[in-house]
Amino acid sequence: MDLFEYQGKQYFARFDIPVSPGDKADTVEEALAAAEAAGYPVVVKAQVQVGGRGKAGGIKLADNADEVRTHAGNILGLDIKGHVVKRLWVEHASDIEDEYYASFTLDRAAKKHLFMLSAQGGVEIEAVAESDPDAIVKLHIDPVVGLDAATARQAAVDARIPEKALDGTADILVKLYRCFSEGDCDLAEINPLILKPTGEVHALDAKVTLDANASFRHPEWAEYAETEELDERERLAKTHDLQYIGLDGTVGIIANGAGLAMSTLDVVNQVGGSAANFLDIGGGANADVMAAALEVINFDQNVSSIFINIFGGITRGEEVAKGIVEALGRVDLRAPIVIRLDGTNAEEGRQILADAGIPESKLRSEPTMLDAARAAVALAKN
Amino acid sequence: MSIFVNENTKVIVQGLTGGQGKYHGLRNRDYGTNVVAGVTPGKGGQDVEGIPIFDSVADAVAATGADASFVAVPPKAAPAAILEAAAAGVSFVVCITEGIPAQDEARVFNTLLADYPNTRLLGPNCPGIISPGKCNIGITAGEIALPPSAEGPNVGIVSRSGTLTYQALYELKQKGIGVSTCVGIGGDPVPGTNFIDCLSEFQADPDTHAIIMIGEIGGSAEEEAADFIKANVTKPMSAYIAGVTAPAGKKMGHAGAIVSGGKGTAQGKMDALAEAGVKIGLNPTEAGELMAEIVAKLS
Repeated sequence: MDLFEYQGKQYFARFDIPVSPGDKADTVEEALAAAEAAGYPVVVKAQVQVGGRGKAGGIKLADNADEVRTHAGNILGLDIKGHVVKRLWVEHASDIEDEYYASFTLDRAAKKHLFMLSAQGGVEIEAVAESDPDAIVKLHIDPVVGLDAATARQAAVDARIPEKALDGTADILVKLYRCFSEGDCDLAEINPLILKPTGEVHALDAKVTLDANASFRHPEWAEYAETEELDERERLAKTHDLQYIGLDGTVGIIANGAGLAMSTLDVVNQVGGSAANFLDIGGGANADVMAAALEVINFDQNVSSIFINIFGGITRGEEVAKGIVEALGRVDLRAPIVIRLDGTNAEEGRQILADAGIPESKLRSEPTMLDAARAAVALAKN
Repeated sequence: MSIFVNENTKVIVQGLTGGQGKYHGLRNRDYGTNVVAGVTPGKGGQDVEGIPIFDSVADAVAATGADASFVAVPPKAAPAAILEAAAAGVSFVVCITEGIPAQDEARVFNTLLADYPNTRLLGPNCPGIISPGKCNIGITAGEIALPPSAEGPNVGIVSRSGTLTYQALYELKQKGIGVSTCVGIGGDPVPGTNFIDCLSEFQADPDTHAIIMIGEIGGSAEEEAADFIKANVTKPMSAYIAGVTAPAGKKMGHAGAIVSGGKGTAQGKMDALAEAGVKIGLNPTEAGELMAEIVAKLS
């Protein structure tokens, strides 16, 4: 789950990481109030989960109320690469003497935490990695051991962060590591981490990705879930607890198992079609789950055909088939279904579908994944 | 022969009194697996359809001599359950639990590495392992796997995805090809056992003659496997990688299946494996057909 900048900063504050005083604002009036509270000059920042906000006019400096009014009015509703700005973050503008970069993430190959630090902040770290890889200090941290203050300070020295910023940087690094590990982040990144002329170090931006699997021990995350950037289809799927990702093709996909669902998208693509979604209904393809899945697919106006791809393992074919027949009775579908049912008791399942008296214009069975994909793509193109 | 588990493996089920544990634990026993005990704290002395329950893994191991454990408990309890099994001296732990936080997985993995180097963890979030005809630990439907033949050739399967594993087993069965062992390593970011661990065992196993590998987007495990194959695997292989059309930045069902920063793409993985001499199928069926061709040449 990706957090917006303002949420990331609020999350940082829970771990005592210094951030600029500020507040979120959904209207020009709220922006003015936030600016008064933060103290001028302020920065008005668009809250969207996409890079390049500054270039798109989504970040503006304001010295007084008139400027806040102008900028907030312009930025709210602005379309930044398809993301419409609904919320602003207004914070006190910092004087910047120097900019650094710090992040913690999981290195899946090493199976350790990866700590990256650079004295070249404020630009994309990928660009630094290209142009000057030696400018990035990379350190693996054993998750059982953790990061102590001495190691953090040495890393700052190695990254050639200036003497006057060392203590402040090391202090923030230890806190950011705590945020990453105890706070169950997949990614905790500060870019830029700034040095002020006064000698203080603080986080000017916040990029945080939370591990949704850990939400059971973070009741405070509930508010982030409410603001998650989902399209309407994804929101509907979420109410049904379905593993759904919206795409922009025309073949609706339902499969049991994440791997099979991914594979189904691939096969549809291979035969010249495009998938409208990823949808994994898991092991238990009963009537309730199937009906919910069909309802979500049916909601998508782009869908012209539906490809149900089920491999029966422990879930037996006849149970899946009964589930589909029952679900079809509950949902009035716009698009025809092509089903491929294979695995345990698949023949009994196909027989149940054949005996259900559903016209072939609404439901047809194909023996293999490829045949079914071809049929679904052909229907989508008609 | 087979890898990791065989007809002599003695299995305890942690969570045998719970819904998932009972369902799959009993199915495993019905398949012929030596399920010798269950563990549920506070329920020691009871039994589940004749299988004795113990309060701790240590008690169960002391009483039965079990050397493998099947962990079927919820995400909150799974990390402690895995470490309890390791501390009790269990050498092979299969954890099917989905939804364990990545930070916990990383801590468990590194704790095992440092303190219990003799314990191998398979999973979490995996379908388990089956050596057809001998031992089935996990959620695989045993009847879709054909046992290996004495004369061979037999195939080993290693996969990151559950349903695609079943698909592979099923396609081989339809073609009359026996399977030595099928290992589902799971789709999480920090799997206890990886492709290389399994490939290395399959290479050493005299009854495995060819190998199918099923990968998916995310991470670099397939690329690392490709390097290993190039240097160490002489047995013929076919592979399939799911997620060619997966959009960047989205987790495709599995916590570990995500293309981020342009890394972990299916194409990159297929190229690396092809370069290592592995035959690449563009869908699971094609990978199965390629394996049938390989087996035909071997027989």
